Amino acid sequence: MNKYRLWNILPIVVFVGLWESITRLQNMDGHSFFPPFSTVMQEFYYLIINGVLVKNLLRSLIRILIGFSAGSVAGLMVGIVMGWKEAVNKIFHPVFSLLYPIPALGWLPILLLWFGIGEILPITIIFICSFFPVLYNTITGIKSVNKDLITVAETLGAPKFKILTTVILPLALPNIFTGLRLEAGMAWRVIIAAEMIAIPTGIGALLMKAESLLRIDIIIVCLMVLSVMCFSFEKFFLFMERKLTCKWR
Amino acid sequence: MPAIELQGVTNFILDNVNLKIMDKELLVLLGPTGAGKTTILNTIAGLIPYQGSILIDGQPVEGVPTHKRRIGYFFQNPALFPHLDVFSNIAYSLKIKKFPAEELKKKMRELLQLMQIEHLAHRYPKDLSGGEKHRVALARVLASSPRILLLDEPLVSTDMRFSKYFQMELRRLQKQLEITTLYVTHDFIEAEEMGDRIALVYGGRIEQVGTYQEVFFSPKNKNVSRFVGEQNIFSCDYSKPLGNGLVEVGIRGLAIVVHHQEGKVSKIAIPSGHIGVYNDSPRSKINNFKGKLIEMRPLDTFLQLKVKIGEVVFLVEMQKSVGEEMGLNVGKEIFIVLKLPWIKVLNGG
Repeated sequence: MNKYRLWNILPIVVFVGLWESITRLQNMDGHSFFPPFSTVMQEFYYLIINGVLVKNLLRSLIRILIGFSAGSVAGLMVGIVMGWKEAVNKIFHPVFSLLYPIPALGWLPILLLWFGIGEILPITIIFICSFFPVLYNTITGIKSVNKDLITVAETLGAPKFKILTTVILPLALPNIFTGLRLEAGMAWRVIIAAEMIAIPTGIGALLMKAESLLRIDIIIVCLMVLSVMCFSFEKFFLFMERKLTCKWR
Repeated sequence: MPAIELQGVTNFILDNVNLKIMDKELLVLLGPTGAGKTTILNTIAGLIPYQGSILIDGQPVEGVPTHKRRIGYFFQNPALFPHLDVFSNIAYSLKIKKFPAEELKKKMRELLQLMQIEHLAHRYPKDLSGGEKHRVALARVLASSPRILLLDEPLVSTDMRFSKYFQMELRRLQKQLEITTLYVTHDFIEAEEMGDRIALVYGGRIEQVGTYQEVFFSPKNKNVSRFVGEQNIFSCDYSKPLGNGLVEVGIRGLAIVVHHQEGKVSKIAIPSGHIGVYNDSPRSKINNFKGKLIEMRPLDTFLQLKVKIGEVVFLVEMQKSVGEEMGLNVGKEIFIVLKLPWIKVLNGG
């Protein structure tokens, strides 16, 4: 293990150690509002064994994968057209500028009325949550490509669509990935909130059930799972971004 | 038939530009910044709109998109694609044209050898020096086998040493590949060294087209002479070869040494801004003359001097601050040095 890794892990080990010892010292009558780390891990194990955690996590994960993929692809497509064609940008930019600042969860009441409680609701919220940032980062990425490179490609005999696919999009990738990376984490935060408020299944719903049963250990398990998922999603896109662009940046 | 012909080309910068560029010729577009030199290249490339007509090989190209004009455009900034390695940068146009893999490899091998950059093939632009980037950019332009080569101040962002080397390379390649070329510069010496002919561009118009000597020794109008610079142009009474590429010429009793390979020298010209002025005799033994300052006129940040040496009066321009430091005044005896590289020579009987 190299020094860098050690310095990353050491604070976590110290934090867990402090957590365990302080909560054990303050544990009153075998019941605590902040259970020790070992108790949380034990509950984590039970939740996996009895399938509750996996079932709810899968529900949230599938919603995120569908909503995030659809939102990102749509954001990317519309972003490419708006970044590439100024006329389209001029038409749609004012509308999207008005819709973008609305928080994804702000759409929840109207979506509840339109779709009712069901799978469409969280997927649509994740779609909205992913669409706008990917859209804006794609437009920014395309517009920030050095115009000289486009002219060079043109003089080298590349037709417009080839320039888009061989020069503009590869050079816009870092911006596009920034949008994807930021929204990958955000999608988890939004789905949890949506499930806590309006959906009976998923990690957010499990959190709410645990709260009604005063099961703080389950709540902490859910928060830890959420933290790992956000972190993994962001790291995945960071890895992809580096894989695709680090050679030339 | 000219390879390129511009007929009354006019746009927001150009004003009725008429110009013929002959096949395999290297024509230099020379002029000050903002004169419209790059705009002429851009109209030929089809990158900006214009009125009038441009013919390539006798065919009008209005309505032909840039990517179908068969031009190779080398920009001031090499503008390599940062996401592609050297090989892919150069092969870009070949891949666009869907060259068969074997042919592509063969052509790439030739180009990398021609430009002596085989060792750079798998490097990315971020890992290249300025000179290497220039060579790669030129290879990329040549890869598309252009009918016409447009070079927009290709030496502007290079250091002095590389710029000389690259200039020679460009000239060699242009002759070897016999590509009709337009070369933009604002540097007179560069224009002299590169061009078969020079077109002087001023205020969006072509003021004069001719050989370097025609433009330099016989400026057609005020705009040309203003750009070429106030010249000291003298007819030579005699010219005597000294060997080693040097010739002594006589100007009303004054013996001046000039660079000249063969033939008689009929006229010489010395730009007024390239004459050295000294209070004491400098070390230089060649073209070092003692004279008298007979007139001194301040012009913005410059001083315009008239220095009389024997029967000959030289027009000299120098920085005002330097003149003040030297304590120059009319009547003072000073030394001038005529620098060899700056003495231009006109052949003839």
